[in-house]
Amino acid sequence: MGTLKVLDEDFSSWKCATCGKALHPSPVELEYLDSRFNVELPSCPDCGFVLIPEDLALGKMAEVERMLEDK
Amino acid sequence: MDQKNLRDWEAKCTQEEPPKCKARCPLHVDGREFCRLMAAGQIDKAWAVLCKTMPFPSVSARICDGDCQNDCLREQVGGGINLAALERFAAENAKRSPMIRALPPKGKNVAVFGAHLSGLSAAWDLGKKGFTVIVFCEDKLQGFESLPADRVSNKIIEKELAQLGKMNVSFAEHGKPDPQTIMAANESFDAVFVDPLAYNSTQLGISEVDLGTLQTSIDFLFASPDVGDKPPIELIALGRKGALSIERKLQNASLTAGRDREAPFETKLFTNISKTETIPPVAVPDEGYSPEQALEEASRCLLCECMECVNNCAYLEEFKSYPKAYARQIYNNASIVMGTRMANTMINSCMLCGLCEKVCPENFAMQDIVLEARQDLVEKGHMPPSAHEFAFRDMDFADSSPCALVKHQPGTTQSNQAFFPGCQLSASDPGAIERTYAHLCSVLDGGTGLLLRCCGAPADWAGQKEMFGRKMESLKRDWESLGRPQIIAACPSCIESLRKGLPEVDVISLWTVLSSELGQLKQHPEMALLSLQDPCSARNNHELMNDVRLLLSGLDITFEEPELSGTHTECCGFGGLLANANESLADKVARRRAEKLDYDGVTYCAMCRDMLSKAGKRCQHILDIIFPDGSKDPAGRLAPGYSARRENRVRLKETLLRKTWNEQPESRSDYESIAVKFTEEARKMMEERRILLSDVQKTLHAVQDSKQVLENTENGHNLVQFRPVTVTYWVEYEMKENNYLVHRVWSHRMRVLG
Repeated sequence: MGTLKVLDEDFSSWKCATCGKALHPSPVELEYLDSRFNVELPSCPDCGFVLIPEDLALGKMAEVERMLEDK
Repeated sequence: MDQKNLRDWEAKCTQEEPPKCKARCPLHVDGREFCRLMAAGQIDKAWAVLCKTMPFPSVSARICDGDCQNDCLREQVGGGINLAALERFAAENAKRSPMIRALPPKGKNVAVFGAHLSGLSAAWDLGKKGFTVIVFCEDKLQGFESLPADRVSNKIIEKELAQLGKMNVSFAEHGKPDPQTIMAANESFDAVFVDPLAYNSTQLGISEVDLGTLQTSIDFLFASPDVGDKPPIELIALGRKGALSIERKLQNASLTAGRDREAPFETKLFTNISKTETIPPVAVPDEGYSPEQALEEASRCLLCECMECVNNCAYLEEFKSYPKAYARQIYNNASIVMGTRMANTMINSCMLCGLCEKVCPENFAMQDIVLEARQDLVEKGHMPPSAHEFAFRDMDFADSSPCALVKHQPGTTQSNQAFFPGCQLSASDPGAIERTYAHLCSVLDGGTGLLLRCCGAPADWAGQKEMFGRKMESLKRDWESLGRPQIIAACPSCIESLRKGLPEVDVISLWTVLSSELGQLKQHPEMALLSLQDPCSARNNHELMNDVRLLLSGLDITFEEPELSGTHTECCGFGGLLANANESLADKVARRRAEKLDYDGVTYCAMCRDMLSKAGKRCQHILDIIFPDGSKDPAGRLAPGYSARRENRVRLKETLLRKTWNEQPESRSDYESIAVKFTEEARKMMEERRILLSDVQKTLHAVQDSKQVLENTENGHNLVQFRPVTVTYWVEYEMKENNYLVHRVWSHRMRVLG
């Protein structure tokens, strides 16, 4: 399965305070109710900390959660 | 739900039963649909409704004597619809008739003897279905001769006879056929129908005829006993009956199966006309209705339907259908092995309040189907996790050590009774519990213990049988530790839940206790008229509802019963965990209920009070009146938010321990010491997104160890995340004078694997 690009915005203003590195889009695996997705998300290039932005969490991500929950 | 259960449920819902006009009509013409279209000015479409059911409709519609008029429900509110006159209007004024197409010939030949209305009808129906029909008669016009010439002209008759000719039907006009020919016709034809106006069965020497099928002792010969002076529509219906029997006979099908509603019958359809305005009929001029008059008369049709439950329930209305259809959707939902279950939200949106059962003439109990469906979803592991999880967390919190309390009255070692205020009253108004408990201790003998915890109702409502069982076990241990006292419950849902889960416990309502101790209560200032809101969980508890009324009256509180009160009360939107599974519908339900209360509300359920308050309705709890806290406007008190509800429970226990038992409460968790402030926007967000202060504090606390922080180089905000169990929380904040100021919060259930 390819990596989905779900974000258009620029998240370069966020940096990882621990590593001091700006976040860069990287492939990330997400999981809910035994389904997995590869998505491109802003992450710290050193420690791998992934940002789930508010719009994504309440938008597309919530939508997918709902679909997987069969609601 | 198995197939049989489904059918039993479906049979209870009368919404799909025919209206009275259709049930009463020998031809079962759909008068309701006809009137609906006529009233909309769609004459051609209305006419098509008649053409679909009536043989030779141009004639039938003009000679119908409208027997249904007396049976019409409108008869009780003005006068039955004059369907006969409307049919004539449609026949006269329709611009287009639908094309009637017969099926291709089946290769089966039927002889019809006699061309009166029965014979012609049999020929029409059989020809239409692809049977090749020869009508033996003296004159093919004979059936129409006796009809009133002013209504049915020769031109109309010829048109319909021409149509018959296009439908596998031909005429043999060789004079009146003799009985011998008829009896011998079996040899040349696959079946025979004898028009009773040509020869009735006695004249043919046939002794017995089955009246339901017109089957005679002679195979493939169908006839009728003497029909006397049956009206034309009944003669037509008789021909139709013979035709159906012949069709079945030639298909080797049962002659009798499923024909119990062929004759006029009583429909089960219930239609509520208690609020229907009386409107008199439109008189028919000699020349028949004008278009305006026809429209006006058709508009009087009540368009009979039941929808009694749907009209009284925002939930049943929300999903755009009615219980019969819902039962099937729920059945189908449960049957899905692979694919999407489309009815989960519908199943989880019922308040389980039972109003539908009360208003339904057949007692259709949607709540029973829904609860069973939820139990099934839980059992099969298909219950959406997000539907009820927040409620379970709340329930577990109410039962956790910071909130739960099980104690004898101070200074005593036994409890004759124990006060069980319920976790939502603790969350809504902890002060009221302190005052009520002090009162109960002062007036009741034998020791009054206190039990602070949840009754387990959320688990029951969510279909979590095992979880409910566990809650009941633990509640039972608490109750036994107090020496098995009588339980005085303040919340009607607690009473219901305890009686269901622990039938061995003697449960009595606080309101029953207070109403029997009226003399012990202080006088309260005179109050304006209030509207009484009965909670839905009290619906079947007549004693409770009665005692509340006695209590209010005893306190000289004047109240009115809103529309839908007592056993017919409406849920506030909290019941069945609706607010958890479908918050927007819960808001709608609460607003709808609030509108029915003409004055400030008064209720004896903490959730009714808070849900109505959230819907903008001024409402007080009876305890606000009996044990006032001195505030000026208890009806205007806002419902506490989710975090405040938790804090209220914790503080209640802490206060009671300190003040009543003179004990030191346990210290709070570390994360609670984190001082955090919120912007107004963040505060609103938390409530909407059901994120608690404790979730934020736990997140900020966890980060102190993990040190994983994102920093926004533009505005200096920090962003942290924490996943305690099944939900990840994100908190965006800035540090202000060593305090956290939270700007935004959000959450998701999906997990980052990396």
